[in-house]
Formats: sequence, structure tokens, C-alpha cells
Amino acid sequence: MAVEAPMIRPVPVVNENDSDDLSTEVVLRISDLSVWYGDFHAVTGVNITVPKNRITAFIGPSGCGKSTVLRCINRMNDLIPEARVEGSILYHGHDVLAPNVDPVEIRRRVGMVFQRANPFPKSIYDNVAWGAKINGFRGNMNEHVERCLRQAALWEEVKDKLKESGLALSGGQQQRLCIARALAINPDLILMDEPASALDPISTLKIEDLMRDLIRNYTIVIVTHNLQQAARASDQTIFFSLNENRQGVLIEGGPTRQIFTNPEDRRTEDYITGRFG
Amino acid sequence: MSVAAKTERALIEPERTIWRPQIGQRQRQGKIWSAGFFVATLSAVLLLALLLGVLFIRGWDWLSWTLITEMPSRAAERSGLNSAIWGTVWVVSGAAIFSFFVGVGAAIYLEEYAARNWMTTFLKTNIANLAGVPSVVYGLLGLALFVEILNAGRTVLAGALTMGLLILPIIILASQESLRAVPLGLRQAAFGMGATRWQVVRAHILPAAMPGILTGTILAVSRAIGETAPLIVVGAAAYFPYRPDGLFSQYTAMPVQIYQWTGRPQEEFRDLAAAAIIILLVLLLSMNAIAIVIRQRLSSRKRW
Repeated sequence: MAVEAPMIRPVPVVNENDSDDLSTEVVLRISDLSVWYGDFHAVTGVNITVPKNRITAFIGPSGCGKSTVLRCINRMNDLIPEARVEGSILYHGHDVLAPNVDPVEIRRRVGMVFQRANPFPKSIYDNVAWGAKINGFRGNMNEHVERCLRQAALWEEVKDKLKESGLALSGGQQQRLCIARALAINPDLILMDEPASALDPISTLKIEDLMRDLIRNYTIVIVTHNLQQAARASDQTIFFSLNENRQGVLIEGGPTRQIFTNPEDRRTEDYITGRFG
Repeated sequence: MSVAAKTERALIEPERTIWRPQIGQRQRQGKIWSAGFFVATLSAVLLLALLLGVLFIRGWDWLSWTLITEMPSRAAERSGLNSAIWGTVWVVSGAAIFSFFVGVGAAIYLEEYAARNWMTTFLKTNIANLAGVPSVVYGLLGLALFVEILNAGRTVLAGALTMGLLILPIIILASQESLRAVPLGLRQAAFGMGATRWQVVRAHILPAAMPGILTGTILAVSRAIGETAPLIVVGAAAYFPYRPDGLFSQYTAMPVQIYQWTGRPQEEFRDLAAAAIIILLVLLLSMNAIAIVIRQRLSSRKRW
């Protein structure tokens, strides 16, 4: 019987637009983060710095805790009763994990886009307007909705049907509506949890182009299973994997160009070239 | 013999010695069971048809506008359900309003706010148990609590509150069920935008759960329309030829009136009761139909 040669994927092409300069102002400083689900120590000892106006991508095999870490940033793990988080996440110097911090206050400044496009079962207009309304937006709502939809590259496609249900849009449009909705709360940081994993390649590229546009004004952290996407779109890449106790750990992080062309750790190289995962 | 047939034979021969597929026998077993299930269904449907048939035969000639417009009377041909229909409307609307707000409120607390600990689990389990308590027990509770202690007497108010307590667990359970069915993605999206829990519940979770809550409420209310025992215990009048004029009025109700008529020695009153039951059934079936329509209307508008 012939031994099959391991399939080796070509190393993804790194986008020339990516910035290697990660020395901008620090938006997030995650130190020594650990997460438990019940008795299970799911993520341990994670340290990350997220620079302003850059895209930071979390990559790694399934179950390595990259989504978990992302959800700690805006305290979404609070919604899971048995989740427990330790360590610190400094957001512009303020620890979001401190016991006296109201998660509502963080989520107000941190927009989130989820894996499955989840527009509210409301009109396109209301999908965008709701977040602004509940957060006390007092300006001109029509202009605000238009601005957010334009920023999400959706305005031209929906401007004549703002009263129609957000659920009537295509998958890619729904995801851009969710991005517009996240922009409507005037965030400073946007978290994206595999935003393109359920989309076709063209919609995926649209989202990536959109992200490159958005970082002029925002900072983005994205979890992705798609290495090409991380290579194309991100400036900084953080690689997570599992240790021998099946716990999520951070293997290495750095400028995307370096991680994809000259990784320091053997495990990173194996993952990126497709020998693992 | 072709090569293919030879190969097939070679494959099949040894199989015969260790495998007994007996497909025919397995299929026969299945047929026997399915026949049994059919008989079970048929007997349920037949019994119901028989019941309805007897009702219609006995009550058909007595169905008339008099039955709806007239008050109960000593003479069967001049007797009507008018006061009982109004009594039922008063008691059941009172019960529905009371138990809808209390029930939905309790369900929201249990599903959205309560900490997940043994206390909450204990409460939830016992609410489910309450839904199975016999209705006459609620009658006794109502008699002690509303009629005696709160001194409401034998009034619409006491009847409505008792009936409200009876259907409260059903409404809480149905509401909990539909709140739980709201997709996690919707909650996450709303919380992720910096909404407080109340804003999430008010703007997204309640509207999404409302079809299920309304359906549960209507089904609970139609149960209340048919309940007799608790109303007899808390003092619905056996003979009350007036419309109730407020919460503190005396009253009678349709099932109580029917029960009273069936107890009369005269044959005509029992036929009259059959006719009254037909009216009660029509009312119940219309309520259920409304519940179905609401569910279809509201759920076809949403999809996740």
C-alpha cells in the first residue's frame, strides 16, 4: 500500500497593503487571560496587544479558544452561566474584567459581528437605528443610518428598501447589515467572530475590502478559520493552538507578514503550511 | 452460467448458513404493530364522534336563539344561557387579564433574570407540578383565600381570581417555553450593542416570543371556559337570571348552568343541557382556531 504524501497547502499570499507597523496607540492589552467553563480550564495564559487602526487576526485549529478570548473582550461570556474569566483586559487602560465594571459600558464602545449573520427580525432601517437609539443618540437618525450603511458598503443596494425586513437580504448583505449595525453604536473597536465563514468567496472579499476601509477609523479584531483571509486582510496575526492538556494557548503573535513567511514556532509553521489542523 | 452470476452465487452461498434475514417475518411484525396503533387512534376518534353524535341528536331541536338570549327559567322551553354566557365572559376575561400579566411577568423573571441556582430550579419544577393539580383544589384555595379571608364573597372577582390561579401555571410554562426558544444569536446581537437586559427583553425577546405566549394564553383560557368544579366551590350561583354588572356582582357560568340542568329530573332540561354543551363546544373550538391563526400569522412573519 502506498503511503500518501501529506497534502501541503501553498503559503497564503500576504497582502501588500498590510501594515507591519504595529506601534500605534494600544487599544487592548490582554494579560494572563484564563477562561474556565465549569471545571474545564479552556484557555490559559494568553497575552495580546491590539494596536489602534490595525486588523488583528486570531487563527488556530477548532476548539483552541480564539473565539472564547474574543468574547472576553466585550464580556459576552457573561451570558454563559458557567464561564469564569481571570486575568486582565485593559481597554485604553481600564480593566474590563474588573468586578465593578458594567458590561453594558464596554459593549457600548465595542461593536461585534457574529459568525452567522443575525439581523434583528425588523426593517433594515430599524436594524441600524436601534443600537443608536438605545445608546441615547440624539442626532439626525436618517443621516446616521445612511452613514453607517455607506460605511458598510451596503447603502447603494438597500437605499430604496429601508423599510423591508433585514432578513429578506442575501447572506452577504445580511452580514454587511450586521456590520452597519455594529457601526451604528459609534464603536471604537470592532470584534468579528468568523464573519465570512458562511459566505461565498465574492461576499467574503467584499467583507475583507470593507475591513481594510474601516480601519482608517476603527480597530478590528477578527477570528477566522480562513488562513488566506488572515493573510490578506490582517496586519497582526495571533496563532492559538492546544497544549497537551487540550487547553487553548497562544503560540505566537506578530506582524502578519512575519507569521506567514517566517514563523518562529514549529507549530505555527505546520499549521500555516497545512501539516496540522 | 455467466461469470458474474457464478461470482454472485459464490458470494451468496456461504451467507445462507450464518445469516437469517427473515425480511418477510420482520415486515409482518411491523404490520401487526401498525394495525394496533391504528385501532388505538380509531377508538379515540370513534368515542369522540359517539359523544358528539349523542349531543347533537339530543340537543339539536333545542338549539335556538332563545338559548342565547333568554335567562334561565323554571320552564325548559323558555330557559336560556344568557346570564351564564355573560358570567363566563366576566369570569374568564378577569382570569385572562390577571393571569396573562402575572404569568408572563413570572416567566420573564424565571427565564431572563433569575440566577441559575437550585432555588430557581425548585421554583420551575413546582410551577410545572402546579399545572397538574386538580382544578377542584384551586376551588378550595379560592374559597379559603378570596371568598373567606379577603372577604370577596361569592362574586365575579373571587371566581376570576380563582380561575386565574388555575391557568397561571399553564401560562407561565407556555411563556417560559417560547422565551427559551428565542435564538441565542438574537440575544447576543442585542446584548453586543450595549443594550441592558430590559432593553433586550423589551425590544427583541418579548416580540419574538409573543406568538407562543399568546397561543399558550388562549389555550389556557379555553380550558378556563370549560372548568366547572372550582366555580361551584367558590360559589357560582346555580340559579342567577341576571347579567353580572361588575366585579362584585354575583354570577353563574356556562358549565355551571349546564351542570345544574343535567341534574334536573325533567328530560327536557337534559336535552337543553346538550344544546348548551354544543354552544360551549363551538365557543371552545373558535378560541382554539383563533390561537392557531395567531400562531400562523405571527410565526410566518419571522424566520431565523
